[in-house]
Amino acid sequence: MAKTHITMKVNGAEVEGLVEPRTLLVHFLRETLSLTGTHIGCETTHCGACTVDLDGKSVKSCTVFAVQAEGSEILTIEGIANADGSLAALQEGFRMMHGLQCGFCTPGMIVRAHRLLQENPAPTEAEIRMGISGNLCRCTGYQNIVKAIQYASAKVNGTEFREAAE
Amino acid sequence: MNDMTPTREQRTAALEGMGCKRKRVEDIRFTQGKGNYVDDVKLPGMLHGDFVRSPHAHARVKAIHSEEALKVPGVLAVITAETLKTVNLAWMPTLAGDVQMVLADGKVLFQNQEVAFVVATDRYAADDGIAKVEVEYEPLPVLVDPFKAMDPDAPVLREDLAGKTTGAHGPRKHHNHIFEWTVGDKDLTDAAFRKADVTIKELISYHRVHPSPLETCQCVCSFDKIRGELTIWGTFQAPHVIRTVVALIAKIPEHKIHVISPDIGGGFGNKVGAYPGYICAAVASIVTGKPVKWVEDRIENLTATSFARDYHMTAELAATKEGKVTGLRVHVLADHGAFDACADPSKWPAGFFNIVTGSYDIPVAHLAVDGIYTNKAPGGVAYRCSFRVTEAAYCIERAMDILAQKLNMDPAELRLKNFVRPEQFPYHSALGWEYDSGDYATAMKKVMETVKYAGLRQEQADKRAAFKRGETREIMGVGVSFFTEIVGAGPSKNCDILGIAMFDSCEIRLHPTGAGIARVGSKSQGQGHETTWAQIIATEIGIPADNIMVEEGNTDTAPYGLGTYGSRSTPVAGAAIAMAARKIKAKAQMIAAYKLEVHEDDLEWDIDGFRVKGLPEKTMSMKDICWAAYNSVPPGMEPGLEAVSYYDPPNMTYPFGAYICVMDIDVDTGVYKVRRFMALDDCGTRINPMIIEGQVHGGLTEAFAIAMGQEIRYDDAGNVVTGSFMDFFMPTAVETPHWETDFTVTPSPHHPIGAKGVGESPNVGGVPAFSNAVNDAFSFLGSTHIQMPHDYWRNWKAAKSLGVFA
Ligand code: FES
Ligand code: FES
Repeated sequence: MAKTHITMKVNGAEVEGLVEPRTLLVHFLRETLSLTGTHIGCETTHCGACTVDLDGKSVKSCTVFAVQAEGSEILTIEGIANADGSLAALQEGFRMMHGLQCGFCTPGMIVRAHRLLQENPAPTEAEIRMGISGNLCRCTGYQNIVKAIQYASAKVNGTEFREAAE
Repeated sequence: MNDMTPTREQRTAALEGMGCKRKRVEDIRFTQGKGNYVDDVKLPGMLHGDFVRSPHAHARVKAIHSEEALKVPGVLAVITAETLKTVNLAWMPTLAGDVQMVLADGKVLFQNQEVAFVVATDRYAADDGIAKVEVEYEPLPVLVDPFKAMDPDAPVLREDLAGKTTGAHGPRKHHNHIFEWTVGDKDLTDAAFRKADVTIKELISYHRVHPSPLETCQCVCSFDKIRGELTIWGTFQAPHVIRTVVALIAKIPEHKIHVISPDIGGGFGNKVGAYPGYICAAVASIVTGKPVKWVEDRIENLTATSFARDYHMTAELAATKEGKVTGLRVHVLADHGAFDACADPSKWPAGFFNIVTGSYDIPVAHLAVDGIYTNKAPGGVAYRCSFRVTEAAYCIERAMDILAQKLNMDPAELRLKNFVRPEQFPYHSALGWEYDSGDYATAMKKVMETVKYAGLRQEQADKRAAFKRGETREIMGVGVSFFTEIVGAGPSKNCDILGIAMFDSCEIRLHPTGAGIARVGSKSQGQGHETTWAQIIATEIGIPADNIMVEEGNTDTAPYGLGTYGSRSTPVAGAAIAMAARKIKAKAQMIAAYKLEVHEDDLEWDIDGFRVKGLPEKTMSMKDICWAAYNSVPPGMEPGLEAVSYYDPPNMTYPFGAYICVMDIDVDTGVYKVRRFMALDDCGTRINPMIIEGQVHGGLTEAFAIAMGQEIRYDDAGNVVTGSFMDFFMPTAVETPHWETDFTVTPSPHHPIGAKGVGESPNVGGVPAFSNAVNDAFSFLGSTHIQMPHDYWRNWKAAKSLGVFA
């Protein structure tokens, strides 16, 4: 099948590649760019494991063609850590609050939570739950993911972290 | 002692040993997208394989035409049963003593069964090839309803078994019958029922569900023709077992097979079995000489690789009018699908279902299980439970509620009246188990106090009265569940898989500087073994957990283990770890005695080293002993500090717990709201409370999904109607209730560190708690049992059938 040349900015770096028009963005990221942190859990837009940030919006990269991302700016889990390589507040929050187990949903969750906190820096528990409802986790039961996001929100805002009501 | 000397508390804390909420080591890589899962494995020249699958549930395969597919750019091979026959792999043995088609051989027996394997340069080309493979089918009558499987005129599913009146587990009664398994004393049980004041009988079905971990099943197989070696990276919960299975069926010497389970994205029982994808990828690699990757998509996962439950249980209880249970009788119709591919220990065709007497002192019981074939996917895996224990717990916990209703007695009170009492342990159950330890009443009462149980019952009574007066359309249910699990398979006297005893293993090597590596036969899929196994070692031998690297999943380096499922890791591998650590400690003591110039018996252990009894200043830390082990061991002793332990457990462990769920249901819409869920677990000694809580949250969420909506459902033609995440209920953060947890600690008396295992308890105990809540809500309207799953639609239907819209 004829291939198309595409360019985009991924985690701050200009990248390019040759893809078939039908190549999914998630496959371009994982296979062409070897950014395997973005996962595939369903390929049907339900699980959110493939969530990346595309021009400031959360998208499920299994449901975007790579050619559609031409010229865009993409952020994946590999671009979340602080510039000095230390864990970002969200990554730290997931670790401190035990917000992950098998880790398969985690990159999508963190990238989604990153956008959520951009949109709403101090979300309530209900807003967090709604905000991550496009991302499935089979391991944690979500409660500690909610706490992880609250932890990060507090850290970034410099407020006191209060765990969700037990 | 100067101020810089750490206190005993500081020394203990520095170890981050057992009981500490140690943060997970794994998370550093997982939170940065640096895990290494199977689909991340990329090898030079790697090909992709994918399946042509059957649209029919039952059909004869007349012909497979692959010529057009082979013309598709990138397609290299189309493998069919005929290809596999040349290497004698068209069929494979199952863990349950049956055989299963790898690729359709003459007919297909369930929808989405594997028919042909297309090998291509990438996954897109493989899909193009699949579209071009033409299969001629002749549809056959379909058998979906398990209750019709043994009708005289039921369609014959397994023609390969024609004339076989005996299967792996004894006589077969019918062409669709697999086995009958009976336990207990029938005559005594019948007598108890004849004498009973009160009896109940109910058909309690536990529907077909699927474990669906977020990562599907997948593998990369790479055959090196020159060396004759096969390397397999796969999502395997039991990598060593896979290696042995491959050696036995592919006739490759076992030392030339390297199985690697890298990071696994959840398992929940889905990744125990051997699936056609693994065999086909291996054969494709041998045929093409290139590495071949196979990655299941979600629909394939839900419809073809394994299922769980599908048990139709007719339960009967006999009791005195005061509520003392005097007998239990259960018959199970077990729907195993097209092949018996249950992942149970070999001698246990219905797993440990005979734990069905639950937490109660029931003097006599009888159990019979009939396994049957239908046109559904094979499997029958232990989805986040020990083998068939969730089914058993659901059965007895529903039955106890039904009995309470008949006796007009509170369900918690009925349970308290019948619990096995602390002084009865070790307790021998009527169906043959020896429960190790428990204090059930304490756990039950603690939970009841937390939720203010009496107050809830009062509120419920008031609401029911208001409902009857027409003042509200909301009904309230209080679901009580008390479960006893049986985990840690298991003792070699009664547990094996394909003849291999179900021990587990650990090898620890300490390095000169006081750090080390532990290799274990288990395999984490999210349970956090890299974190918790190091904690056991830290407490046992005084080396900080941070200095111990834990490695699992590589069959070349890890000692042989039976893997992780059935909550067996802590009971079995956890014990092996402690025992290996103790061997090291024994040698360390000899080295310390030599260096401190005292007799070994004059030494005592103190947190992170040895000290001379009565001379607390005279000490040698484990760190210093490590160094000494490499340069100045006592004369005649081998240098080095390492040990291996293979642990054959003397018994299973029996974790237990008390759960209460409070639920409100709107009868006009069927919409429910989980108001409160309180889970108390007793898993014996607690290694990492943070991880335990996480396991409980996760298991409860899966239990919630199962009880309240999740189902693999077939229509009459054998089509799976819930084969994607669109239709298969996967709770999001919005639907998932808030969990409250609590614990008691009753150590296992026979386990080296007293731990029992916890990962599966919440699924086992959670499902009956939810279902009992729904059933309790509706009971005052005249129902005795409403089948799961309790989604809005079915709740509404239940309300309707109970006449609330009259
Ligand atoms: S893989 Fe994209 S939503 Fe599941
Ligand atoms: S941590 Fe396993 S799916 Fe979320």
